[in-house]
Order: sequence, then structure tokens, then C-alpha cells
Amino acid sequence: MSVLPLLDVGLALLVVAVATWTMAARDLFASVLGYVAYGLLLALVWVRLHAPDIGLTEAAVGGGVTGVLLVTAGKRLDALKAATSGAAPRLRVKILAGALSALVAGALAFVVASLPTPAPSLAPQAAAAAAGPGAGLGNPITAVLISYRAFDTMLEKIVLALAVLGIWSVGADAAWGGAPAPLRKARPDGAMVLLAQILAPIGALIGVHIFWVGADAPGGAFQGGALLAAMWMVAMMARLVEAPRIGSRALRLALISGPAVFLAVGLAGIAMAGSFFAFPPAFAKALILFIETFMVLSVAVALPMMVAGPPEGGQEP
Amino acid sequence: MSFLADLVSLAAIGAGVFFFIAGTVGLLRFPDSLTRLHALSKADNLGLGLIVLGLIPRAENPLAAFKLVVVWALVLLSGASTAQLIGRALRRGRE
Repeated sequence: MSVLPLLDVGLALLVVAVATWTMAARDLFASVLGYVAYGLLLALVWVRLHAPDIGLTEAAVGGGVTGVLLVTAGKRLDALKAATSGAAPRLRVKILAGALSALVAGALAFVVASLPTPAPSLAPQAAAAAAGPGAGLGNPITAVLISYRAFDTMLEKIVLALAVLGIWSVGADAAWGGAPAPLRKARPDGAMVLLAQILAPIGALIGVHIFWVGADAPGGAFQGGALLAAMWMVAMMARLVEAPRIGSRALRLALISGPAVFLAVGLAGIAMAGSFFAFPPAFAKALILFIETFMVLSVAVALPMMVAGPPEGGQEP
Repeated sequence: MSFLADLVSLAAIGAGVFFFIAGTVGLLRFPDSLTRLHALSKADNLGLGLIVLGLIPRAENPLAAFKLVVVWALVLLSGASTAQLIGRALRRGRE
């Protein structure tokens, strides 16, 4: 009798409990902290499901970046709330929202419960394609992401760039091209500066390492990029660096370089290997690493720009 | 030799778990934020340090052992810094 199943059940119960607490928390900040803890617990769940790649992504994005994003959004909401006091939703609206949520949750539960066994899966085809031509990577996850479902992966990076554009377009017209407001107005604490000075170089090194080993071990472009992004955010919070102007050409090029290089290599595949997004087997690994390098750059730039928010200046409310 | 290594692991991880439990009890029972912070840092620094010490003999190779120590060092750094930040924010709130 192993103790691991008991730990798994405990972990599952904890996830549900933290999720419930996150929704029930009255205070916005407490709720965000609950969500961060929930993200970290989910990362453990993914590790227990033998999916360390997803666990890494969940820890970096669900636990880290989303947490910073929500805390920043919460601060802005607090500032807005001081200016305009909105009336609480009425009971009828609350009941309607609750009923709709229950309907969606019920429908999802029904679909999951009525899946045929074994569940239909593209995993064998994906594994075959990843092991076949155009791969040459030790980590099947990375091979599937870049080779088998290359188009989806590229579109995901385009979505990131679009999200940043959407956030920028919320800014005032007069501020267009300017820099986002600093993440922290006041002079930062000495402890924060020290943390950023020591942590950021080490974290950047680990981010590059995670990207590099992603070819053969758990890790990859998104996880490494998210870590680099987090280190840039830490440096911005300590005011060691300021957020760049959104009119900066280098920033814009970095933002679109991932999807652009991916698309260019994909189009070149028509000439070189006979189809869109096909890699010639002889140097597939080199090409994949080349694409991933620019994707790391795009992710590392897009996530901090989302957190930094719209450009400021001109007539700010 | 492996028996001795197991014994070291067992003793160190056991002591680490003790500090984690003590820290958690303190976190739940202490009266205000500063003392709770104090309890938490014991669990983070000493508890995790002892567990890492206990895991080192079980690491597959020296590099893995080094990574464990790096994890502990990073937790020490971030734990100490955030404890400072929270403590200072508390003091500012009181004044």
C-alpha cells in the first residue's frame, strides 16, 4: 500500500478547496493570492500527471505572471472605484449569473462523464509525426509543439502580440508611442532593489537554460520566455529599468519576431521540404531552435508589456 | 555506506519536516503579522535547508545535488527579501 494515492487525493481536495476559497474571498487582493496558490497547486497536479512541461508553464504563467497581472489590474480597479462608485449587482442578476455558471459547469461535467473509453485521441499520430521526419528532438512535447502542430503554436504567439496591441490601444491618444506608467510610483525599497539585482541575472540564466534543455528535457520556449519575462518585471518593479516606449522600433520588432520568423520558416518549408511548415530533416533541429529563439524573445517581451499596461502621459484620468 | 547515507537522509528530512510543522503551527497560532513572518521564515530557511541536506545523498549525480542547493539558495534569497518587504510595509502602515 503506497502512500502516493493518498497524497494525490489530498492534493486534489486542496485544489478544490483553494478554488472555492478564491471565489468566496471578499477582498480582491486575497482572491488574487488564492488564485496564485491555486496555480502553484495545479503545477504540482501536472507534475503528478507526469506532464512536467505543462507544470512548468502553469507555475510560470498561472502562478507568476497572471498573479502580477491581476494584482496590477486590482490596483487600477481600486483607483477607479475611488472615482466612480458602482452599485452592487441586484439579486436577480446574481441568480442569473449563478444559474448560467452552473449550466456551463454541468454541461462540461456531462461531456467529460460521457466520453467513450478509450477516449478518442490524436496522441498516437502526434507521437508518430514527432518521432518521424522533421523532428530530431529528444523531448516529444517540443517536437509536437513545433513540428506536428506548428501552425497552432504560431497562432498562439500571434494572440500574445494581439493582446499587447489591445492593451496599448486602451491608452489615451495623446500618449500613443509613449512609455507605460512605472509599475511602482514610489522609490522602491532597498530589499526590493537587492532582490532584483541578485535574482534577475540568476533567473535570466535559468530561463535560457530551460529554453535550451527544452529540446531534450522538460522545458521549452514558452516556459523559458515566461521566466525571462518575470525577471524583466522584477527589474522594472525595483525601478532598475524603466518600461520602454511603445513607439520603440526594437520593442515592436522583438514582439513580432517570434511569429514572423516562424511564418517565414514555415513558408520556406514549401520550397525546401514540399509543404507548409515542413522542415527538411537534415537540419530540422537547427531550424526548430532558430524559431524557438525568436519565440522566447517574443514571449519575454509580450508578457511584461501586458503587465506594464497602456502608455501614459497626456490627459490621464 | 548506503545505510549511513539513508540514516543521514532520514534524520535531516525528519528534522526539516519538524521545522515545517513548527513553522506552520506558528503561522496559524501567532498573534500578529510580524511574529507570523518570523515563524514562516523558520520553515522556509531551516526546514527546506534540512530537507535539501537530506536529499543530497539521494541525488542522481553531483549536478542534481547542486541544483537542489541552488533551489534552497533562491528560496533563502526571495524569502528574506519578501519578509523584509512585508515587514516594512507593516511598519509603514502602523505609523
